[in-house]
Amino acid sequence: MYLFLTIVLDGLIEASWLFVVALGLTLVFGVLKILNIAHGSFYALGAYIAATAVTIAAAHSLPPALGFVAMLISVALIASIVGLLLERGLLKLFYGRDEVVLLLVTYAVFLILEDTTKLIWGVNPIYASQPYELFGNVEFAGLYYVGYDLLLIPAAAAIGLAVWFGLNRTVMGKIVLAVIHNEEMSVSMGVRVNRVYAGAFAFGVLLAALAGALTAPKISMQPGLSSDVIILSFAIVVIGGLGSVEGAAIGAVLVGLARATSVHLMPQAELFMIYLIMAAVLMFRPEGLFKRETARRI
Amino acid sequence: MGHFWRTSRAAALTAAIAIPVALAAPACAEDSFKLGVVTFLSGPAADSFGIPARNGGQFVIDELNKGAAPAPYDKVGFGGMKIEPVVVDENGGATKQVQELRNLYERENVDVVLGYIGSGDCLAVAPIAEELKKMLVLMDCGTPRIFEEAKYNYVFRTAAHATMDNVGLIRYMKAKNVKMDTLSAINQDYAWGQDSRADFVAAAGQLYPDVKLQADLLPKFGAGQYGTEISALVSAGSDVIYSSLWGGDLQAFILQATPRGLPKRSQLVLSAADHVLPPLGDKMPDGTIIGARGAYGLMSQKSPVNDWFFKGYQNVNGVYPVQAAYRIAQSILGLKTAVEKAMAKNGSKKPSTDELIAAMTGLEWQSPGGLIQMKLADGHQAIQPIAFSRTKYNPDLRRVDLVDIQYFAAECVNPPAGVKSIEWIKGGMAGAKCN
Repeated sequence: MYLFLTIVLDGLIEASWLFVVALGLTLVFGVLKILNIAHGSFYALGAYIAATAVTIAAAHSLPPALGFVAMLISVALIASIVGLLLERGLLKLFYGRDEVVLLLVTYAVFLILEDTTKLIWGVNPIYASQPYELFGNVEFAGLYYVGYDLLLIPAAAAIGLAVWFGLNRTVMGKIVLAVIHNEEMSVSMGVRVNRVYAGAFAFGVLLAALAGALTAPKISMQPGLSSDVIILSFAIVVIGGLGSVEGAAIGAVLVGLARATSVHLMPQAELFMIYLIMAAVLMFRPEGLFKRETARRI
Repeated sequence: MGHFWRTSRAAALTAAIAIPVALAAPACAEDSFKLGVVTFLSGPAADSFGIPARNGGQFVIDELNKGAAPAPYDKVGFGGMKIEPVVVDENGGATKQVQELRNLYERENVDVVLGYIGSGDCLAVAPIAEELKKMLVLMDCGTPRIFEEAKYNYVFRTAAHATMDNVGLIRYMKAKNVKMDTLSAINQDYAWGQDSRADFVAAAGQLYPDVKLQADLLPKFGAGQYGTEISALVSAGSDVIYSSLWGGDLQAFILQATPRGLPKRSQLVLSAADHVLPPLGDKMPDGTIIGARGAYGLMSQKSPVNDWFFKGYQNVNGVYPVQAAYRIAQSILGLKTAVEKAMAKNGSKKPSTDELIAAMTGLEWQSPGGLIQMKLADGHQAIQPIAFSRTKYNPDLRRVDLVDIQYFAAECVNPPAGVKSIEWIKGGMAGAKCN
């Protein structure tokens, strides 16, 4: 029982930040039909910006709590601007082209951002751990957990609920859903699809960067951060179904639990377990767990 | 016609300039020694190893070229020849390194290539140097497999392999009466992590025959987040947790493990952790047992060569030198010793590759990290002494000091010639000279 609870808790902590990244990825795909390879780079960008904000706050002797707030605000601002600029300045030039072209464009953005982060922050690992100590430790069944890690679970749940509520219970959300379901019909009903595209892409970037910012205090930022994240995020959205918020949540929990279970019980199979689940889901539900099969329009 | 004339005139002019330069070239080559230097300038290993190695190499080469190093290294450059380094980035994988090595020999016309930190890179480039019949000096890389699974004439490694790190660590723990009825391990899932784990577990089986291995974790290289692994390690509650993690991975592990009380519950023993002490500072838990892959950095012993290197490097770079800087320094000083030994035999001419190889085989020299002896693999593989210690944060100096330092002789922690490392460990480390 004790081991079971530990696995569940570890799995949920892992799932929490993965869910926020995957949520952005799945939203962008749902609205723009872009498989955004650069999504992991926005996660890394958020982590680096957060580390810089925390370092600056510490250098000015600001309390860690203020540093944490400064970190979130700076990440939100910069990520939104970068997202809007990229969508308006680059991606919109390729709308209407083959999906593979857009895939390649986002791959190019991924490469550019990889080198840009190296140019700005260098190749050395950097870390900013002050906020990690902000919420103390919690003892659970003889194990100490860092309060910060535990708070990631409700934080991710709150973000997920907010996105779900925003999509399903607000006018703006319904417009976005309309674009997801049928773009042509939305245009004919007077929806400014370009604005929805720009907003959705910027919001997706914001979510990825926010996940990076939330994990920044506990990791060491170094080149290569983005590629690891994008692989896991793709696994999650493929399991859950591309474009599905509920799917991203379930996919993240499955991946988190699979990883935690294998680390505790069979460490050699850690990576294998994640892709085993993905393969099993795809065998029985090729569209993912939550994506409805749609008729192809001719 | 006009065009032809211009072309011919240009060709004649080029020839007029090029011929004297070409004639003068051999004289220039005699005056200089072109050295290919390969180290990580980018990628995950750059900060911890590659850049310190580049800085260490640059410092030593600058000092040698000025004739400013202490005796017996006070002759300018290599035997009076100025050293011309050609630095290449090791990042990019083994296939790229094979091409880069060929470029260094065939396009840059370097006399010797010296460097390499990654085990995979060392394993890939060694056969190429042999094929090209060019001298290659490997300065680091942990795997014992290079000379245990192949025989080379043109390849040398001027540092001990990873077996020393783990045998030495176990000997240190035994000498300090560290209790280890149970053991857990966390190592990266690639050659270095797996080889280190195998050596440590095998050595533990010899000196702690009743030890029970509990959690045995192999997260992937660059994992960055270890929350679940830390839960597994804390749950296991082992007496000792062993790790060969390094660089950003090790920093992240320490940052995440310390607040969760792991270092208080279990004794952390880290085989190669000296390089993370400056960046971690007070985040490094006191009492952690660490190695540095040699008697390096804060564990180095006083000597004229070490004083020159430690202080000089610190003055130039603002931080004290750690393992990679020491390893390239001992490599360059070894090559210098070999070049000058060969020149003493051939009438002070620039030595040929064969003369250099003869001089380097079985060579011994003093380095900042102690005496280096090319005793294994028919004189092509070095052994060296090693040190271990415990960490203690010094708030006055705002740095991690190392206390309870113990040194082990090279022949106490390295296998004898002709025996494979893992077989030597499993056979009870017979023939080790520890007194």
